[in-house]
Amino acid sequence: MTGLRKAYGATAAVDDVSFRVARKETVGLLGPNGAGKTTTINMILGVLEPDGGRIEIEGVDLAADRRMALRHTNFAAVYAPLPGNLTVEENLRVFGRLYGVRRLAERIAALLAQFDLERFRRVKCGALSSGEQTRVSLAKAMLNEPRLLLLDEPTASLDPASARDIRAGIRRFTLEGSGGVLWTSHNMREVEEVCDRVLFLSRGKILLEGDPKALPRDYGKTSLEELFITVAREPLTLEEN
Amino acid sequence: MSPTRVGALVLRQFYLLRGSPARLLPMFAWVAIDIVLWGFITRYLNTVAPPGFNFVPRLLGAVLLWDFLTRVMHGVSTAFFEDVWSRNFLNFFATPLSVEEYIVGLVVTSIATSAVGLAVMLVLAAAAFGLSYAVYGAMLLPFLLVLFVFGIALGVFGAALVLRLGPAAEWLIWPVPAMVSPFAGVFYPLATMPAWMQAVARAIPASYVFEGMRAIVSGGSVSAAPLAAGAVLAILYVLLAGWFFLRVYRRAVRTGLIARYSAESLS
Repeated sequence: MTGLRKAYGATAAVDDVSFRVARKETVGLLGPNGAGKTTTINMILGVLEPDGGRIEIEGVDLAADRRMALRHTNFAAVYAPLPGNLTVEENLRVFGRLYGVRRLAERIAALLAQFDLERFRRVKCGALSSGEQTRVSLAKAMLNEPRLLLLDEPTASLDPASARDIRAGIRRFTLEGSGGVLWTSHNMREVEEVCDRVLFLSRGKILLEGDPKALPRDYGKTSLEELFITVAREPLTLEEN
Repeated sequence: MSPTRVGALVLRQFYLLRGSPARLLPMFAWVAIDIVLWGFITRYLNTVAPPGFNFVPRLLGAVLLWDFLTRVMHGVSTAFFEDVWSRNFLNFFATPLSVEEYIVGLVVTSIATSAVGLAVMLVLAAAAFGLSYAVYGAMLLPFLLVLFVFGIALGVFGAALVLRLGPAAEWLIWPVPAMVSPFAGVFYPLATMPAWMQAVARAIPASYVFEGMRAIVSGGSVSAAPLAAGAVLAILYVLLAGWFFLRVYRRAVRTGLIARYSAESLS
């Protein structure tokens, strides 16, 4: 992403944001509510047109060839559950076809096993618990083995044990596959555990960038959570540094 | 245009229909009730009308054709509303699916669902009330085609309107066929209407179909020019409706509406 910009009226939601997600890398996109994380993700997903800048996925310019670029991406977000009136298997079949997944039946079987969803195969998604729905969304997000996986607070509605399993599954995705992950979360412990690199967004701009384990120390903070709170409440003090 | 992606949209609608009697029933139940109701009305009118005058091909035929148009329009709009109700736009449009493929998916779904309704009406009207399609001859096909294309245009226009105005606008869309029917001259000749209504009727493709139908059952013939005008109008409207939907969609992508489309955000 290079020089991404998006404004709503006079308010800049995303202001000249540039970053890269490498293969096998998990990048955390952090920031307080309204910092521009979801706006950034929506622009990468092609559902929000940037005012400026360039998004390139696997060397394909999203603006020039949306279909080809989006073949290589996928996403899961708490605010975008799959249609509740279809079963888990039906949803995966529909989205598998939309993403042009080959050997779809095999791929679905593998994902149902990976996310422990086999017993819910014929259950309507609307009848699942929020944690189970999140696992279905993640299975959908992995259908096309994306080169760029966008996860907007993927573990927000999960109990600690399920969240740990999901984190392990996504770690495996980056280690064994060839894709990268852009991850947003408000759980700083999770971010430290999962992310190779973090970007702190504040008022639409990238304020800080670095290793989540080293970054707090660099700014005189004891933890990533403390650094997050400073970004949210006193971003100017960090800009001065 | 990917047939696989269009097929995925149709498959979703098939899954919805398969698993839900509440969705399946209206495909043929309401049209069947209409045919039964109007079938008895025409049977009664035939008893009080002068001998030799048959209301069946005039009224029952008109009801059948009008219900077909309504089914086609609702086929498109209901398929679209499924995505509104399940807040599915973000999931769909974050895939390689293009908006053109999405519209084609709605149209193909409507072809399938309206064909079911049409088949039920044809069988019921013929078997229970003796409606003979031979009366219309070869013109039945162009009649149905004009109504089909116009129904698609209304459905796509309605879907675009709901995308633009929000889910609550759904209530503006359901009665559209009822609002158009007085001007389309479904049950009476256009000459019955005042001049200003006739002027409106000339802009409605369906009015040419119903005028043609009445000409045939009165023993006359349909001249090609008016029906061709109806066909051209229907094609023009379907192109305009597609253009309008694309325009509304692009605006929704520019403003971020697609990503946060929900009843809460708009109504």
